[in-house]
Amino acid sequence: MARAMSTAPLRRTALYDLHVAHGAKFAPFAGWDMPLVYDGQGALDSHLHTRRHASVFDVSHMLQTRIVGRDRHRFLERLVVADLKELPVGGSTLSLFTNENGGIEDDTIITQHQDSLYVVSNAGCADKDLAHLQHHAAALQREGADVDVRRIDDHSLVALQGPASQAALERLTGLDLRQMPFMTGRVADVAGIPCHIARSGYTGEDGFELSIPTAEVASVTARLLEDPAVKLAGLAARDSLRLEAGLCLYGSDIDATTTPVEAGLVWTVGKRRRSEGGFLGADVILGQIASKGGLRRRVGLVSEGAPARAGARVLSADGEDVGVVTSGIPAPSLGKNVAMAYVKKSFSKKDTPLKIKVRGRTVDAVVAKMPFVPANYHKVQ
Amino acid sequence: MLALLTRTAVRSAGVARRHLTKYTKSHEWVKIDKGVGTIGITDYAQSSLGDVVYVEVPEVGAEVTPEEPVGVVESVKSTSDIFSPLTGTIVDANKEVVGNTKLINKAAETDGWLFKVKFSSEAELDELLSAAEYKKHIADGGDH
Repeated sequence: MARAMSTAPLRRTALYDLHVAHGAKFAPFAGWDMPLVYDGQGALDSHLHTRRHASVFDVSHMLQTRIVGRDRHRFLERLVVADLKELPVGGSTLSLFTNENGGIEDDTIITQHQDSLYVVSNAGCADKDLAHLQHHAAALQREGADVDVRRIDDHSLVALQGPASQAALERLTGLDLRQMPFMTGRVADVAGIPCHIARSGYTGEDGFELSIPTAEVASVTARLLEDPAVKLAGLAARDSLRLEAGLCLYGSDIDATTTPVEAGLVWTVGKRRRSEGGFLGADVILGQIASKGGLRRRVGLVSEGAPARAGARVLSADGEDVGVVTSGIPAPSLGKNVAMAYVKKSFSKKDTPLKIKVRGRTVDAVVAKMPFVPANYHKVQ
Repeated sequence: MLALLTRTAVRSAGVARRHLTKYTKSHEWVKIDKGVGTIGITDYAQSSLGDVVYVEVPEVGAEVTPEEPVGVVESVKSTSDIFSPLTGTIVDANKEVVGNTKLINKAAETDGWLFKVKFSSEAELDELLSAAEYKKHIADGGDH
């Protein structure tokens, strides 16, 4: 139906033919025709395979940007909450683009390079993010600042995720990746092709995001898939993996109306930024941090029985309406249902018993710490 | 080939309403046998839905109509309401699929049946699709 309603044709990534060759079932996502599942492996198989071995996800629809110029830190710090001066060269951080009201315009991973900042943000926000970056860069340029925003449109993005990722990538790079910490990035040859490899991901597992020259992405991905431990996985598994890992989906769990404080993402606000501010909406956000303000909090909920989905109302033990579910699934790794929800602050403490309304009936739920599944990120020994 | 198909269709219409399988636009199958309809989701529906991880079937004795959902079949990603295309009384429900949801993916149109309804209106049968009509419905995109 979405297809019929949309007038613009769906865009295809450079891996489209490879997806077709593997029997992908496609679904429209943010204007792209993206693989949901593959032939012979349902969403559940792909989810569990990623937790046990490794999967390759095509995430080429995401926006990759490079920010250059002497004033790049001053520029980007106006738009995001991270302390980019503290971030070491080669280091990556999760950050948030904010707006004047203290809401979240997008979430992003920023990597510090010697001469530039490498920024990856959501496909669904790509046009908005790029316009936002360019608008503010132009304003700063008019004041004489040296900054430039460049969309990276000649590289595709592939995520290799799961405990077998390191071994799979070592085979194609000849590197000892045990020494590469999680949330760092570097340039390296993968199967002989110069790529950017970032040790990060969206599954709660160890893994890498590879920015590969688009002309070579199909051949490099095929080389990754030669490893018997590595299989393709689609957006369906990506969503269930990230939810078990307690990671937000922009547009569902965070958006322009939720603040970092309400979303439980205060940890992304750098220490220096908390005293100095200087980002959009800093007055609102720093005020909320100081007063533990905001009326609601994002929480994890665990329940049994009928799974709660986005939009389901959350009730207190007494039946008072206290919030709403923003993402929910029967968690494949747990055999229970997990959900993210926004609830009134006084109901957000761990172990608070709540109820969720599902099809006119209520199921018992309890506020739980996230991630729901222990994170398996790489630690350098 | 076309002539052959037509003849088959005529013949199965002749067997009438005592013993046949019909379909709904919302991807349920209905097997009619002596005033009782056995209902499940089609193989196309299970394949679109993916791995089924949660099922609710109606209580035996419940009065059902085509307007209200009577159960639910869920994958990790999505929820599908199940409707009874026939008005009547639930006379049996498949408890086995509730505990073994994989059965729906393995055998949606046989062992993965969901419930049986003793129907009160023969006229509702005319609203249902034949196998050929259902096949065309899927080929057209399957939206309902």
